[in-house]
Amino acid sequence: MPKDGDIKSGIGASSKRREDIRFLTGAGNYTDDMNMRGQAHVFFLRSDIAHGTINSLDTSAAAAMPGVVQIFTGAEFEAVGSIPCGWEVTDKHGAPMQEPRHPVLAEGKVRHVGEPIAAVVAESLAEARDAAEAIVVDISELPAVVNMKDALKDGATKVHDDLTSNLCYDWGFVEENKAATDAAFETAHHVTTLDLVNNRLVANPMEPRVALGDYSRADDQHTLYTTSQNPHVIRLLMGAFVLGIPEHKLRVVAPDVGGGFGTKIFHYQEEAFCTFAAKACNRPVKWTSSRSEAFMSDAHGRDHVTTIQLALDKDNNFVALRTDTQANMGAYLSTFASSVPTWLHGTLMAGNYKTPLIYVNVKAVFTNTVPVDAYRGAGRPEATYQIERVIDMAARELGVDPIDLRRQNYVTEFPYATPVAVEYDTGDYHATMDKLIEIGDFAGFDARRKASEAKGKWRGLGINNYIEACGIAPSNLVGQLGARAGLYDAATVRVNATGSISVMVGAHSHGQGHETSFPQVVAEMIGIPEDQIDIVHGDTSKIPFGMGTYGSRSLAVCGSAMVRATEKIIAKSKKIAAHLMEASDMDVELKDGVFSVAGTDKSVAWGDVTLAAYVPHNYPLEEIEPGLEETAFYDPSNFTYPAGAYACEVEVDPDTGKVTIERFSAADDFGNVINPMIVSGQVHGGIAQGVGQALLEGCSYDDNGQLLTGSYMDYAMPRADDLPFYAVDHSCQTPCTHNPLGVKGCGEAGAIGSPPSVVNAVIDALNSGGKKVAHIDMPLSPDRVWNAINNA
Amino acid sequence: MYNFEFEKPDTIADAVAALGGEEAQALGGGQTLIPTMKQRLASPATLVSLTGISEMQGICTGDDGSLCIGGATTHGAVAAGAGVYPALADLASHIGDPAVRNRGTIGGSLANNDPSACYPAAALASGAVIKTNTREIAADDYFQGMFDTALNEGEIITEVRFPVPEAANYQKFVQPASRFALVGVFVAKYADGVRVAITGASEGGVFRWTEAEAALSANFAVSALDGLSLPGDGMIGDLHGSGDYRAHLCAVMTKRAVNAAG
Ligand SMILES: Cc1cc2nc3c(=O)[nH]c(=O)nc-3n(C[C@H](O)[C@H](O)[C@H](O)COP(=O)(O)OP(=O)(O)OC[C@H]3O[C@@H](n4cnc5c(N)ncnc54)[C@H](O)[C@@H]3O)c2cc1C
Repeated sequence: MPKDGDIKSGIGASSKRREDIRFLTGAGNYTDDMNMRGQAHVFFLRSDIAHGTINSLDTSAAAAMPGVVQIFTGAEFEAVGSIPCGWEVTDKHGAPMQEPRHPVLAEGKVRHVGEPIAAVVAESLAEARDAAEAIVVDISELPAVVNMKDALKDGATKVHDDLTSNLCYDWGFVEENKAATDAAFETAHHVTTLDLVNNRLVANPMEPRVALGDYSRADDQHTLYTTSQNPHVIRLLMGAFVLGIPEHKLRVVAPDVGGGFGTKIFHYQEEAFCTFAAKACNRPVKWTSSRSEAFMSDAHGRDHVTTIQLALDKDNNFVALRTDTQANMGAYLSTFASSVPTWLHGTLMAGNYKTPLIYVNVKAVFTNTVPVDAYRGAGRPEATYQIERVIDMAARELGVDPIDLRRQNYVTEFPYATPVAVEYDTGDYHATMDKLIEIGDFAGFDARRKASEAKGKWRGLGINNYIEACGIAPSNLVGQLGARAGLYDAATVRVNATGSISVMVGAHSHGQGHETSFPQVVAEMIGIPEDQIDIVHGDTSKIPFGMGTYGSRSLAVCGSAMVRATEKIIAKSKKIAAHLMEASDMDVELKDGVFSVAGTDKSVAWGDVTLAAYVPHNYPLEEIEPGLEETAFYDPSNFTYPAGAYACEVEVDPDTGKVTIERFSAADDFGNVINPMIVSGQVHGGIAQGVGQALLEGCSYDDNGQLLTGSYMDYAMPRADDLPFYAVDHSCQTPCTHNPLGVKGCGEAGAIGSPPSVVNAVIDALNSGGKKVAHIDMPLSPDRVWNAINNA
Repeated sequence: MYNFEFEKPDTIADAVAALGGEEAQALGGGQTLIPTMKQRLASPATLVSLTGISEMQGICTGDDGSLCIGGATTHGAVAAGAGVYPALADLASHIGDPAVRNRGTIGGSLANNDPSACYPAAALASGAVIKTNTREIAADDYFQGMFDTALNEGEIITEVRFPVPEAANYQKFVQPASRFALVGVFVAKYADGVRVAITGASEGGVFRWTEAEAALSANFAVSALDGLSLPGDGMIGDLHGSGDYRAHLCAVMTKRAVNAAG
């Protein structure tokens, strides 16, 4: 493998992120930067009550306030569709999940703090807000259901009166394995049981959500500018399911987007509202979320409560694993909410290990809280955290080395069909563990521990493996599993007459650096400079189609489509070149942007061929069309399986419970790497979010459903000084076997792989200090750690 | 935010006059007041900015050797200019972030008296004098509970006078989200005794830990604090820590402050 930096361009080069120039010089074009002639502003009156019946809503005084254009309530949206859920989960008895209506504006009841009750469209935001304060709302408060356990009790207050209970579904996976799994536990030599909470998170992208709806009476065209990771998905969901606008009358644009982390995948009420209101008011309507609104209206992440059990035989082989999870859905089903605790979680419960029997039970629960959906990693962090915590706990109980216990149970032969429905194509878990031990300088740990002890601190080392399923996904498979969409992607490669190239891609870049890394691939294939190639993304009117960016799928799926389209371009351009050189296209080679005929001195340059395609004076018109533009759709045959090993070293201050991260190392196998610098950056950011979850972040409600962490005064985000410099390596590469680039995806790994090693490290530190602490729930804030020390 | 009138007088007298108007409120650095107004939790009709008043700006040493800081002096200016009182300069340098420090003022902080703010601990531990447009208030009389002070309506803090101690230190254990003090302990040693003031911890706002003061006045050493503790009752309990935890931190941070003060 070449070293980072050896390669100057194309695949493997750490090309500088070209998009950063505009982001860092204030030249980015974000949705909130867009303002249209005649634009009005909307302010949403949001519920400050978690659960209640709306007795009356009087907008008459508000309507007379200065600047008010129109006020909307749920009544105006009764004929409009429900905000849809994109994945139908079938429960363990074969019944479909319970799926409540999710109105654009509350209808009859409010079900979480932050739910929009009314929308005031006015000339200015301040006027809209003033008028919203003059709306008289009479709500009878009902008991709020906040805690999942309470929500599932017989006789619990129901979040939705028309459902039979607060249980969305009771999912068993793989149901056929349940009896055998239970039987294996009966005869196991050792069973480790762990109760844990995967804490609820708020994604907090730097740019809050924005929606700007526009309507053209002239041609009955709707346009929505929105902060989305997947504009085509929004067009599909909002057009087909909510507003009934056909695709050819609806354009969705997601320009520069300042971070998504999953929470900008979903179709939200505010998008449907602005699109609807633009027509109703016959003027553009804009909404920009405040940070406070974001806390109570962006879909939250995680929030699982789990019991996991691992059964081992007398030789410490894993013989069975079973889990029981309650997954919080919040008050309504967000776009992919139902799939996260099931297909994105249950299918990963084998981890990196050859446990033969696995059974996963998940109960999804409605509560009077903000909807919960995918957040960086989505389901896979929850799976990884459980597996890697319970293994560590087992190692401690059995008095064996946690690395040895893992190694002995690794999957080593590929392809490997897990007992949870997926087949790993390739991997080498020993290699990443070996690499981790090296870059993490495990050999020096004892000395570092002694140095910490000399300062009165306890030092701990925690490790974990992870595996994820990325490159979502084979459409026929996800269709069987309940997805209401295909999950292929598409790209159009448009070669211009002078040889420059625009690639229209369905993936959306909102921090991932596609504008840099995607051209590297095309540059490599054709042999022209990267700067001859631009990526176009984020506009349904410009790109053929796309399912967007999430699940670390952009390069593996959309990049593959781009490769296929580029291959078509190369095939056609070879025919043109062959004609120009009076040779057979079978003999034409393309290298470094020059076509030549093997064994001769004949050659034509890339630009000559592209020019001939558009000025076809000397051209095989009877055989091929002029022009040089090709589209490909790519539907993968399997997920990809990035995997790796992470290590965290912490110091714990026994007097205060404060944890500091002293070292963090990550050895990842992402298959082939296009841009090592971008990959490192993705891992860095992912680890920051994983450390955030492990030590700092935790979204909290009180018993009445009031959000206690509604601002940065109480919701702790990771800051630069919470993190050390990381040692990050991705030189262990087992290329994906089924996509043309051999790539696996790197966007979520850091967030998936880091929380368990942080917690494992803290537990190790406390035990080194003589405190027999088995587990602490995240976030490991100083008071929680101090309490654990004192109760040990 | 609701609309408001804005005035920026040059003198204390003009400011006091302006504050006599209907629903007028003083504006220091705006680091507390502006966010509150944005959330529409405060709606003054007129804001009277104090930052243009030169007599309320800057740092000097008084005839009695005390450090005098103008009421509208920013945290950044104190961090850079209060070198004769290093513990105070250090405290100021750890308030918020650079943007907050470049705007937020000592007068605003003391007038607001947030139970987790840093300056109240310094003022109380130093036995500072809070000078207003009408009188001088001893720190011991000034702090009257969470967000409550001896200030009358329209009264402005024009200057704060800190007697400079022989040794002092401020230990701030940050609340992880806001990075205000979850518990902050200011220890100041004077010729006539040691004062210990604690912020962040108590439901009653900043307070003096008199047992610790007595012990440290007799023997200014960490060991003097052995066995001393505060009860968890009456301490703030929230998401970030129970009352017992805060009480525990009070003792830990006091020891660390004594240790660091040397
Ligand atoms: C992100 C952030 C982090 C922060 N972190 C910390 C921290 O770690 N520690 C800490 O202690 N503080 C912290 N603060 C608060 C900061 O120190 C504020 O500056 C301070 O609390 C208020 O000072 P101000 O000058 O901004 O006052 P303003 O916000 O302008 O006013 C606050 C109140 O005081 C009144 N007032 C202002 N000046 C005077 C005066 N001279 N006389 C009488 N009344 C007056 C106003 O009328 C108002 O009621 C933080 C603030 C922010 C935004």
